[in-house]
Amino acid sequence: MSHKIIVPIGPYHPLQEEPEFFQLFVEGERVEDIDIIIGYNHRGIEKLSESKHFDQVAFLVERICGICSSSHPYAYVLAVEDILGGEAKIVPERAIYIRTIVDELQRIHSHLLWLGLAGHFIGYNTVWMWAWKYREPVLDCFEMITGNRNNYGMIKIGGVRRDIKDEDIPVLKKTLDELSPALDMFKGAIMDDPVIKMRLKGVGVLSRQQIIDWCVVGPTARASGVNMDVRRDAGYGVYDRINWSVIIEKDGDVFAKTIVRILEMYESVGIIRQCLDKMPKGDIDADIKDIPPGEGIGRVEAPRGECFHYIKSDGTNRPIRHKIRAPSYMNVASNKVSVIGSTISDATITLAAVDPCYCCTERLAVINRADNKKVMNGWDLIKLSQEKTLKLKEGLENGRPGAG
Amino acid sequence: MDKRDIIKKRLGAKIISWEETPTHKIYFGVKKEDILETARLLFRELGLRFSTASATDTPSGFEIIYHFVPDGEGQVYSVRLMLEDKKQAQVDSLTPMFPGAEWIEREIWEMLGINFKNHPNLKRLLLAEDWPEGDYPLRKG
Repeated sequence: MSHKIIVPIGPYHPLQEEPEFFQLFVEGERVEDIDIIIGYNHRGIEKLSESKHFDQVAFLVERICGICSSSHPYAYVLAVEDILGGEAKIVPERAIYIRTIVDELQRIHSHLLWLGLAGHFIGYNTVWMWAWKYREPVLDCFEMITGNRNNYGMIKIGGVRRDIKDEDIPVLKKTLDELSPALDMFKGAIMDDPVIKMRLKGVGVLSRQQIIDWCVVGPTARASGVNMDVRRDAGYGVYDRINWSVIIEKDGDVFAKTIVRILEMYESVGIIRQCLDKMPKGDIDADIKDIPPGEGIGRVEAPRGECFHYIKSDGTNRPIRHKIRAPSYMNVASNKVSVIGSTISDATITLAAVDPCYCCTERLAVINRADNKKVMNGWDLIKLSQEKTLKLKEGLENGRPGAG
Repeated sequence: MDKRDIIKKRLGAKIISWEETPTHKIYFGVKKEDILETARLLFRELGLRFSTASATDTPSGFEIIYHFVPDGEGQVYSVRLMLEDKKQAQVDSLTPMFPGAEWIEREIWEMLGINFKNHPNLKRLLLAEDWPEGDYPLRKG
């Protein structure tokens, strides 16, 4: 290729989990091509799973990701319960409610985490700090009901490990009550801010057809008008018994992805409130002893999209095959189309927009291909993005919208 | 017409096995020669989303299960095929039909050593560059 500059992004940064490596091929300011290299964090969990017994695997898959650490065990136990006849048939009602509550709390904390980082990348550090401030009480709720801020250890085959105590329910409700005005603030701040609109509208667009061809899932797909939500379709949890709606936007740009995530947090708050009111008393564990031979599929709507687990059992106490497909696996690949044609200053927020489990956009460096000399590091590129916002702001103040 | 009736009618005798579970999972088997036609029907004509593919090393050969999902309907259609000859395991690639299959096929190729014919970019995805050639981590025995 004849591109003058290659921008390598990644693979490691001591402050971030999940190394990925993006190489941007740049002509002037324009990104012409991108190469995505993953696998730096491959831990062989599918193989490891074959050497653990069924109960241990739930703990193992919980450690795939620290942010959505209830989605993987949930999808895994659904796959095992699929062999046994399905969640609805064998798991006690109260346990299904508790699973739903934990999964939705997780969605709120994950979306707030993303919102904060997205704000930081475009130079809105106030958004970052406020978003993370309101995420803290959600993590406190996790600590209260599960004992852990992350890696909850709640979900097991046939039920959950810990009950939600009656005295915890008012605390949970109070946290949700205090969260709602904060969500209103974020929604207002982002929808009404002309500079945020300029930075995010029309940036990193994925068309409906591109979503379909790249098999993209989750909020990234819903922001492009694709009507997909595993919570509604896959028949798990208590989603068929309560009122909520699937959030869909049409534009497919970073702005639409932001709006989808913000509105989804409202839905999650509503889902948890209804669950707390409707949750029946009773057992929380079906006490499953043996897993018969067979195969099962478990699907969960993780904060980033469909999390897919496939389990094959031969009747022993270990799976003989465990296939795991996380949502970011499908979404990160779509950067190949969304980032090409954008400018370098928009690349960070575009790559971050699929929420690739805290993306590697801080691990950036621009290298001049001719002499292999670094001309920019990761911080410089984030600064570039933040400066663009600043220029837009100044342009607005001087009555010249869009200047810079 | 229901999607499963369309699939049964269009593929006819090409379907070599069919089972449905009470939890709305549909597994059906085809020969490896018919995978492109099956995928085209499911993905392009019926508009199913390709979720992923699970490949397993079994005593009778490599089994690949392609999972297709009709969003909004709740079933999972899993297309099963068996590659008996483990030494020359090969099947047509779905990537030229839709790019979403690229990483999934690359992963199966490096983990089990199954070759995907006409794959545009069949190189390592997850394994390290210095991982020994011809050593496939998910093969058994």
